Amino acid sequence: MTAGEMSSADRRAASREPAGRPPVGDRFRDFKEGRRGGGGRRGGGGGGERSMVPQAEFRSYYGRPILKPPVWHHDIAAYLFTGGLAAGSSMIAAGADLTGRPVLRRVGRLTSLAAVGASTYFLINDLGRPERFHHMLRVAKPTSPMSVGTWILATFGPAAGVAAVAEVAPLLPERGLLGLARRILPPVGRGANLVAAVMAPPLATYTAVLLAHTAVPSWNRAYPYLPFVFAGSASAAASGVGLIAAPLEETGPVRRLAVAGAALDLAAMRQVEHSMGVVSEPYQLGRQGRLLRAARAFTVGGAVGALLSRRSRLLSALSGASLVVGSLLTRFGVFEAGKASAEDPKYTVVPQRQRLEARGVAEVEKVNVPEPD
Amino acid sequence: MEVENRGLRDERVIRENRLYGPLDPAPEAGYGMDAPPRMGFFTDTSVCIGCKACEVACKEWNNVPETGLDLLGMSFDNTGDLTANSWRHVAFIEQPVSREKLADRGVAVGGQAGNEPPAFEGLPTSRTAAPEMAARAATTGKETGTEPGVPPSPEPGAAVEMATEFLGMPSSVLPGRLPGGERTDFRWLMMSDVCKHCTHAGCLDVCPTGALFRTEFGTVVVQEDICNGCGYCISGCPYGVIDQRKDDGRAWKCTLCYDRLKDDMMPACAKACPTESIQYGPLDELRERAARRLEKLHEQGETAARLYGNDPEDGVGGDGAFFLLLDEPEVYGLPPDPVVPTRDAPAMWKRAGMAALTMAAAAAVAFVGRRS
Repeated sequence: MTAGEMSSADRRAASREPAGRPPVGDRFRDFKEGRRGGGGRRGGGGGGERSMVPQAEFRSYYGRPILKPPVWHHDIAAYLFTGGLAAGSSMIAAGADLTGRPVLRRVGRLTSLAAVGASTYFLINDLGRPERFHHMLRVAKPTSPMSVGTWILATFGPAAGVAAVAEVAPLLPERGLLGLARRILPPVGRGANLVAAVMAPPLATYTAVLLAHTAVPSWNRAYPYLPFVFAGSASAAASGVGLIAAPLEETGPVRRLAVAGAALDLAAMRQVEHSMGVVSEPYQLGRQGRLLRAARAFTVGGAVGALLSRRSRLLSALSGASLVVGSLLTRFGVFEAGKASAEDPKYTVVPQRQRLEARGVAEVEKVNVPEPD
Repeated sequence: MEVENRGLRDERVIRENRLYGPLDPAPEAGYGMDAPPRMGFFTDTSVCIGCKACEVACKEWNNVPETGLDLLGMSFDNTGDLTANSWRHVAFIEQPVSREKLADRGVAVGGQAGNEPPAFEGLPTSRTAAPEMAARAATTGKETGTEPGVPPSPEPGAAVEMATEFLGMPSSVLPGRLPGGERTDFRWLMMSDVCKHCTHAGCLDVCPTGALFRTEFGTVVVQEDICNGCGYCISGCPYGVIDQRKDDGRAWKCTLCYDRLKDDMMPACAKACPTESIQYGPLDELRERAARRLEKLHEQGETAARLYGNDPEDGVGGDGAFFLLLDEPEVYGLPPDPVVPTRDAPAMWKRAGMAALTMAAAAAVAFVGRRS
């Protein structure tokens, strides 16, 4: 086993720090007395002359991370999912509206509003200073995907909201002021829904640029594929909700979209997991590797189910749920893989060294690497 | 080189290289062609003595919160890393250097090109428990009051490689008492790390509020009254410099003493440095001075010396704070070939656009298809 093969969970266990600050010298006493923090699988006996900890294949500053791992919490991973769900749902709602599928339209619009509401909550909650969220609105900055996303969301959100509110029209009285609203709301809702549908693909894919436009190795290097993963995942998740909530006679389009989305997601994710050399590794290892394997199973299951469940409402709903779960797990897996790649100096140093060597930068003689025993 | 002939403050150079490539950042940021000269640091690690006066001076002048008294157990460096609460960080590295091996490789170290006798000739040789201790130390983090602050290493194996027999660490036995292994001569590397004030700053490019801005001196500063703690800059920095304070949620880093610069004063760390390892001045002058220093060290046989971050053609368009190093950058905790993520931004948006069109097309086809 090399250090690189330790799972990140093991690493975390091996490196867990007690809450708060330990007394000065505590660690040294622990070490001297052979006590271990966490009890992870760290090689080596209690201070023998020969270390069993395997050496790394790159040089670093005491093995410490070079990059600062993202400080984003799971709010952001959740937002990747809800943002995609909102986008896909608005698109489906617009399609259902234009092709006369009223239940699918209502499901899409309401899901979109709920998801965009949740997105807003997650985004604001993740800020270090949530009360200053509106500072995002003081600039529009093309070099910042977060600023671009702010304005996409600021356009999409109200449109999705109006489209969802328009669904109350049939509940209103036929006469008076509210009767007027009853007549005006459907066309207004359709217009708003179309605005949201136009903004939906940008909303579903800008988040891929948001992650890729960082120094985080496994996100940055994945920029050609992540937008396709997210576009596919968003389509599949929103189709999943359609399968759960719409009657069988209206679900034809979402079945086709579910299969297309799942295929796009799986194909692009395969590139992410296998084509990027050493920075593909974090997508396979540890907790995020398990999340992504589970995501694949759910997505495949959901897509197959979507094809086969044309006659069963229950099977349709199960397939839909499977697609939703698959999308959720994909987002969390991608999110965690990036974090893991920034936490390990290997994924910073090794690709950059390879790049330098490929550019033919003469390697300066290593004057002082201790020889392994 | 074409760019050098025209200079970095050339209107066309600036227009063409807005996202990536060499340029003078202050005019690009809107200060015009008569902006003050770009100011920066040249940190010559070959004369650093690791006194940490820069760390202290920085904290005092900028009112940076304390980071606590704690031992990281890896070296004399108990600061660990640059954080929101440590804007200068003195890295400390001890390396065994076998002079015979150096002679074999045709590499010389030190002023005398290996002519003087090794410092430890005739002393007992052995290994201590240092590698084990280093692995233990590497897997401990530090509570700095910041996020992510100084996280533990996931790679104890990498720390073992750093471990030496003579680690300047408290130990229950004298170095050289444990059996086995070979004793070698050693050297100490010390480097005062700081924000690089990149020409193309990853943090600045991604900041969605405009809290991070470019000053007239070409440096990069966070406005504390604007920052809303979104944390994007922390992922955007290819050097892992900027960090978030837990108690106030905002991002903080070196300002290159913007307030002092405005009053024509030297930044606090450079002022406090007793060996002029930290040199402050117009970047043009510093680059010339660094080139002369490098040449001198190479003449003296220190062939491993190299400049880091001085090249305007590098992945971040050159650093406003650059270094003379005596080993590979990663040994000091620096990325060997950092690239600003913005370089690929046009390609990223292009891919996102393609994916968005694919998604729209898939939805259209799904609905246009036969009614079922």
